[in-house]
Amino acid sequence: MFTNLLSLAIWTPIVAGLIVLLTGGDQRAPLARWLALAGALAGFVVSLPLFTSFDVLHGGMQFVEQRPWVEALGITYHLGVDGISMLFVVLNSFVTLMVVIAGWQVIEKRVAQYFAAFLIMSGLINGAFAALDAILFYMFFEGMLIPMYLIIGVWGGPRRVYASIKFFLYTLLGSLLMLVAFIYLYFQAGRTFDIQAFQALAKIPLNVQILLFIAFFLSFAVKVPMWPVHTWLPDAHVEAPTGGSMVLAAITLKIGAYGFLRFALPILPDAARYLAPAIIVLSLVAVVYIGLVALVQSDMKKLVAYSSISHMGFVTLGLFLFTGNNLNQVAVEGALVQMVSHGFVSAAMFMCIGVMYDRLHSRNIADYGGVANRMPIFAAFMMLFAMANSGLPGTSGFVGEFMVIMGAVQTNFWVAFFAATTLIFGAAYTLWMYKRVIFGDIANPHVAELSDVNKREFLILAVLAFTVLGMGLVPDLFTQKMHLSVNDLIAHVAQSKL
Amino acid sequence: MDMKSLYLLIALAPLAGSIIAGLFGWAIGRRAAHVVTILGVAVSAVLSFRVLYGFMSGQAEVFNEPVYTWLTVGGIDYSVGFLVDSLTAMMLVVVTSVSLMVHIYTIGYMHEDPGYQRFFSYISLFTFSMLMLVMSNNFIQLFFGWEAVGLVSYLLIGFWFKRPTAIYANLKAFLVNRVGDFGFLLGIGLVMAYFGGSLDYQAVFAAAPALAGKTIQIIPGVDWSLITVTCLLLFVGAMGKSAQFPLHVWLPDSMEGPTPISALIHAATMVTAGIFMVARMSPLYEMSDVALNFILVIGSITALFMGFLGIVQTDIKRVVAYSTLSQLGYMTVALGVSAYSVAVFHLMTHAFFKALLFLGAGSVIMGMHHDQDMRNMGGLRKYMPITWLTSLLGSLALIGTPFFSGFYSKDSIIEAVQASHLPASGFASFAVIVGVFVTAFYSFRMYFLVFHGKERWMEAKHGHDAHGHDDHDHHHGLGPNDKPHESPWVVTLPLILLAIPSVVIGYLAIEPMLYGDFFKNVIFVNHEAHPVMEELAHEFHSAAGMGMHAFTTAPFWLALAGVVVAWFFYMKAPHIPAKIKQTFAPVNRLLENKYYLDEIYYAVFAKGSRALGTFFWKIGDMLLIDGLFVNGSAKLVGAFSRVTRKLQTGFIYSYATTMIIGVLALVTIWFAPLIIR
Repeated sequence: MFTNLLSLAIWTPIVAGLIVLLTGGDQRAPLARWLALAGALAGFVVSLPLFTSFDVLHGGMQFVEQRPWVEALGITYHLGVDGISMLFVVLNSFVTLMVVIAGWQVIEKRVAQYFAAFLIMSGLINGAFAALDAILFYMFFEGMLIPMYLIIGVWGGPRRVYASIKFFLYTLLGSLLMLVAFIYLYFQAGRTFDIQAFQALAKIPLNVQILLFIAFFLSFAVKVPMWPVHTWLPDAHVEAPTGGSMVLAAITLKIGAYGFLRFALPILPDAARYLAPAIIVLSLVAVVYIGLVALVQSDMKKLVAYSSISHMGFVTLGLFLFTGNNLNQVAVEGALVQMVSHGFVSAAMFMCIGVMYDRLHSRNIADYGGVANRMPIFAAFMMLFAMANSGLPGTSGFVGEFMVIMGAVQTNFWVAFFAATTLIFGAAYTLWMYKRVIFGDIANPHVAELSDVNKREFLILAVLAFTVLGMGLVPDLFTQKMHLSVNDLIAHVAQSKL
Repeated sequence: MDMKSLYLLIALAPLAGSIIAGLFGWAIGRRAAHVVTILGVAVSAVLSFRVLYGFMSGQAEVFNEPVYTWLTVGGIDYSVGFLVDSLTAMMLVVVTSVSLMVHIYTIGYMHEDPGYQRFFSYISLFTFSMLMLVMSNNFIQLFFGWEAVGLVSYLLIGFWFKRPTAIYANLKAFLVNRVGDFGFLLGIGLVMAYFGGSLDYQAVFAAAPALAGKTIQIIPGVDWSLITVTCLLLFVGAMGKSAQFPLHVWLPDSMEGPTPISALIHAATMVTAGIFMVARMSPLYEMSDVALNFILVIGSITALFMGFLGIVQTDIKRVVAYSTLSQLGYMTVALGVSAYSVAVFHLMTHAFFKALLFLGAGSVIMGMHHDQDMRNMGGLRKYMPITWLTSLLGSLALIGTPFFSGFYSKDSIIEAVQASHLPASGFASFAVIVGVFVTAFYSFRMYFLVFHGKERWMEAKHGHDAHGHDDHDHHHGLGPNDKPHESPWVVTLPLILLAIPSVVIGYLAIEPMLYGDFFKNVIFVNHEAHPVMEELAHEFHSAAGMGMHAFTTAPFWLALAGVVVAWFFYMKAPHIPAKIKQTFAPVNRLLENKYYLDEIYYAVFAKGSRALGTFFWKIGDMLLIDGLFVNGSAKLVGAFSRVTRKLQTGFIYSYATTMIIGVLALVTIWFAPLIIR
């Protein structure tokens, strides 16, 4: 019944963003805000049917749209989502709505441009998740960097230029090689950029697969980000405004992991198997090394940024756990759950830091102490999110980590062993920060003047709390959407192309 | 009402109370908050008694059904489900009845506290979590409950979040418990990977016998028994939760929380979750003598060496805390010698008398206006008669006075150890016997210091800033003209109600629980390999006979000696302990510093991980990756661009040409190996 849902999900926010831009200068800021809210809401509403009408009994791509585009080069406007990418389109539209509300009064200069950037980025991200044509994907994938680059560069903190250039340099490096890989596959697949045609390629020699895999890896590993190409993330987060951090952590990182499971794994299954041990080791380094680095951060945003890297380590770990020829289903679904959950939890953590930053203009842990005395409601919310970040059962943070660890035990005990250290490290860095910031007696006169969350902040935190608890208590709601698509992926990867 | 609804109601009634008091406490006020939570727990308690009665009379049947499917993946269901048998029924009664007493007590203990509603919400939430833990029929729900009680414990230890000591203690408790959970989760992982792909207890137990000879190679080339590794990992979880050496360090610090929760969580219920878990898993543990020996050694160390620490404490709550550690060690010892039912029996009696002792200590603390230092007490018997009498009964139960509840359970443990043939039972036997004297000594040291002797609060110079005090208990210690006072009825009533089972429950329960059919088909013992319980049954004739016989055995005289020595040292000749302290100064220092374990852990784990984190951050991230790799390549690009700036002509076609050349070059370099081949 909805034939153009994906196009709507992509273009509604982009068009809305352009309309918001038209309001011009800051004298019409209130109008820009309301228009942005309407656009974000519309974007979220049109994405909802994707979730509710997704057919869980039939796998494969759904809501497919295909139109010719650049026929001479075999590029088509081809959209479609499976049970995996669908979740991220909806998640992205949801987070965009949260971000618009979060930025409501906080952003005072260049309001229209700020909201427009987020709306346009939201559409582009939806496009990247929904694209079934490699060039289309590439354009969305690269295009979404531009608004993010601007968000950091314009509304960012004092070192925003360094951060945005670092971000740009890092991401540029990989993208080019990915394009090269696409071109190679284009010729192999018979002059088409259709991703499913890439996946259907029957024969690719191992050394070619490995080269292509490395090309993809450099592009996606930077986005995830995996150790050792992660150092752009803490800088980008620290300089980005709250909304930028929320989208960056909740969505942008997921594109990297999504790239692995849409391109690297099904197109190059033998290289994936061959290189899986290396990826697993890098993922475990992310969990342990980055977990320890997070522990010693004095800047709250940096701490949560490092914690994001550590949590994303579970995603890449879960995606590359093989038992024989087969991916481990529990682990793969765990990785996906972790991706969605991290979207909620990291958005919530950055929101919490933003709430405090708006009041005290500091992200430094040492500038706080005893916040609970003045902001009890906020403290209760942040407790919940801190516990979710520590992977407490009943919150969404537990589900994915639990599933990946269960899967890891089946593959190798030591992989599970190192992965499970997150139980300790995750709790240590999160709760130690919580203790120093929230607990204790009022540490200084600035803290004494804090006021508790306002209605707008309460709304965002309450909605995020609802999702974090909901996903922790009813994870089946999400996993049932992905079962068949994950089975497809596993079947694809099991098929050797040698 | 069908059984499923009944069990659901038992679990959910406290949750409902907790949610109402927690989310709407600000609206409904203090009185409504305690009414609604007490009502919830009371409903649970009444129904729990009904369930237990069903099992005692033999009418009830074991209930084992899923309730809610949490997650389905890879053909495996991860569910919430209830297993209610006699073991569960007993735990239900212990948890709900102690919780109910603590709820009522809290009305008095916390009545000045601004966080009144929050406190009631937490303790009801705890009750719910603990009920889910004991009612679980599978590992995943067990882990949920396991972590949930840990969460509430964290929240409650840090309840007075302004106190630096409290928020240090709660973080420490959570992290140490997480170390245990780390092992526990890996154990669950092994269960899922090897025991037929199910986390359901019955399915796992059914699959276990076939795995008796199975080995896995954790370290390549070294074969370890799967069952042993699994049991040990699960036991690591128990060591965290039940505060066994060397993961015991969080429990004494947890005394920073308000006293009612020390009684409920850190004495009667949560800390016994590990004991309960091992008893529940008896079919697995029975298959591994290695695991049992390990448990036995850990339990013995905890029982004896934590008891020693109780001797040198001056804070009334800390004495009870170390006594709890020591008694948990006794329970663990019982598990190690395959006397699971005895461990659970001691768990039950201990829950009553230790909750009583903690609540008694809390009453004393209230009477002393929140002074916890025993050196400032003395002679309270006169001023707090009910607290005095009930505390005396609790202490007598704890030291194992014949016919009191603690006697039956502790004596059974000692006999079980002596009947065991495990290699570690020799050490265990020594530990539990010496422990009897130690227990009696520190218990009555506390008793005499608090309730008898000189009224020392008159001359006590406890400064008002001796403790980190805060708004809600602004009056620390008695003023110059104050006298200690007995607590209100909401405090003394729970003391009286807990004193009754502390005295009689052992006498009543020993026969059915240890030698009757109560735990038949619930606790599994391989009688051929571990005939301990059969030997005990051979000796046992009746509860009364066991009590009479006790007067001729060593434990009784050791306990008596402990009491007499305590009386002599602290009533008769108070200069002697000071003298001993002086003579054995190094030993005293070792004990007062708790064997320096806190310092060692802090230096090794807290400082160590921070140093490692700093190293990775400064050297790994900043110097190597950023300094060399990122900024290095940026500089390279910069240098390169100074040259190429000259190529910038401003004409589109020249850029396009350059771009195409570039892409071609890249393609060539990248795919050169293929082309060359």
